Amino acid sequence: MTVYDSSEFLSLSGIQHFEFCERQWALIHIEQEWEENVLTIEGNQLHERTDDPFIREKRKGVLYVRGLPVHSAILGLTGICDVVEFYKDENGVTLDKEEGKYLPIPVEYKRGKPKKDQSDIFQLTAQAICLEDMLFCKVSQGSLFYHEIRRRIDVEITEELKKQVKETARRMHEYYQRRHTPRVKTGKHCKNCSLRHICLPELLTKESVASYMKRMLAE
Amino acid sequence: MKKLLNTLYITLPDAYLALKGENVVIVQDEEVIGRVPLHNLEAICTFGRQGASPALMAACMEKSIAITFLSTSGRFRGRVIGSTKGNVTLRRTQYRFADDEEKSTEISKHFLIGKLYNAKWSLERITRDHALRIDLEKFKTKSAFLSESIQQLTVADNLEVLRGIEGNAASAYFSVMDDMILQQKEDFFYKGRSRRPPLDNVNALLSFVYTLLASDVGAALETVGLDAYVGFLHRDRPGRMSLALDVMEELRSVYADRFVLSLINKKQVQASDFLKKESGAVIMTDKARKEILQLWQKRKEEQITHPFLKEKISWGLVPHAQAMLLARFLRGDLDAYPPFLWK
Ligand code: SF4
Repeated sequence: MTVYDSSEFLSLSGIQHFEFCERQWALIHIEQEWEENVLTIEGNQLHERTDDPFIREKRKGVLYVRGLPVHSAILGLTGICDVVEFYKDENGVTLDKEEGKYLPIPVEYKRGKPKKDQSDIFQLTAQAICLEDMLFCKVSQGSLFYHEIRRRIDVEITEELKKQVKETARRMHEYYQRRHTPRVKTGKHCKNCSLRHICLPELLTKESVASYMKRMLAE
Repeated sequence: MKKLLNTLYITLPDAYLALKGENVVIVQDEEVIGRVPLHNLEAICTFGRQGASPALMAACMEKSIAITFLSTSGRFRGRVIGSTKGNVTLRRTQYRFADDEEKSTEISKHFLIGKLYNAKWSLERITRDHALRIDLEKFKTKSAFLSESIQQLTVADNLEVLRGIEGNAASAYFSVMDDMILQQKEDFFYKGRSRRPPLDNVNALLSFVYTLLASDVGAALETVGLDAYVGFLHRDRPGRMSLALDVMEELRSVYADRFVLSLINKKQVQASDFLKKESGAVIMTDKARKEILQLWQKRKEEQITHPFLKEKISWGLVPHAQAMLLARFLRGDLDAYPPFLWK
């Protein structure tokens, strides 16, 4: 199994872009092409949240930690969990300054509503794997909170999901090493893509330059 | 495609640019004489001697508004741009291509095909629009020569050959430049290219407009993450935006020359707009420069349909479109670089 050095870590939140569209991920993370509305906004939001004075609070025996930096050398990813909730659990692990044993549940906040694709679930799973790696415990639960519908959806983090996320992270690294931006696979998702003005998916379904030149020069 | 915002041109030689809130303010003799919100701007170009405040530069860098400094006579002095787009991979590919003679030839070929194609169709357009005022025969001969040169370009296989073909074709095209001047012929004539300094009114106009075009193209290239200084046809020379000059080739006749000709033919410039110095150098008055810049901005707003993208865009976005297409080709999304072929 490959273990990545911290200098090779990629951004964990990229996994949702990768799941949405591999090309979008490459444009953002390899080519660093992004428009205001993607990363900067995410970054700003995160910032507001980590500025929250209640970085660590305890309510009814549950410990809430906000803005927790996490990473995993197996995934080669690093990122920040919006919120991690620690519940008392016999099978858990001990925590510094706390009594008893705890198990973590990552909670990721999303502005929109649940998506059709797996991208949010994958991101949550990657966070779970990071927590497992860092705390030496098993994480089999996570939650997604969708702001638009104001609902929290619990997600079971199965072994199958973890396997898929590991495979995805491996592919991300492979592309990154080759600095490979996949060609466009246009689809419905392009309609909601914030990078379409850079990607120009229509462009690649147009005629080839060779035939454009031939046509124009023949006239 | 992104919307074309405006370039703010400052032509007052003693104006100083400063930041106030979210505005650029133009200061002269310690008095604020103008104010423009930064969010309306894509670039600032100043011909002033005084420069700009560090605070304004910082604000512009953050908003990726490029500030170009030109001398009062329009010579490029430098540019302040924010941190370049992080696309190191694209730049490396650009350098690799630039170091490779064969690849440079392939790209340059398309720049030059674009150049000659547009030159040819500029001549054809004149024969169509002004058939009664020009020597048709002469124009048809030159146009045929350009067609032939384009054919030669398509089979040329090294940069030297390309440059040779281009040199001959360019002189054929410029040999009718004077015939394209249909008004004010006693004050505006073309007897050959003179630069540094321009020695007649037409050359003064051409130099000025080429500078404007080069700085637009340079900014567009930097915006898509390319290095405007490393060219394929034009080799590196310190301080020269070689890639901007490469990409500009296609646009010279159809964008810059036609603009200059229309200034003269529509009598938007007069003899009184030019001064002849003792050295023979011709310089433009500030008033003329200001009027030309306004017309240049207007011109940039005109809508066209891009021949390859088949999308409606403004003339001002053509440099951006070409820069983007060049980047697309370098990163392997397109089979070749599609020049802007306009007729
Ligand atoms: S426009 Fe489509 S293909 Fe391009 S990055 Fe977005 S989703 Fe992917």
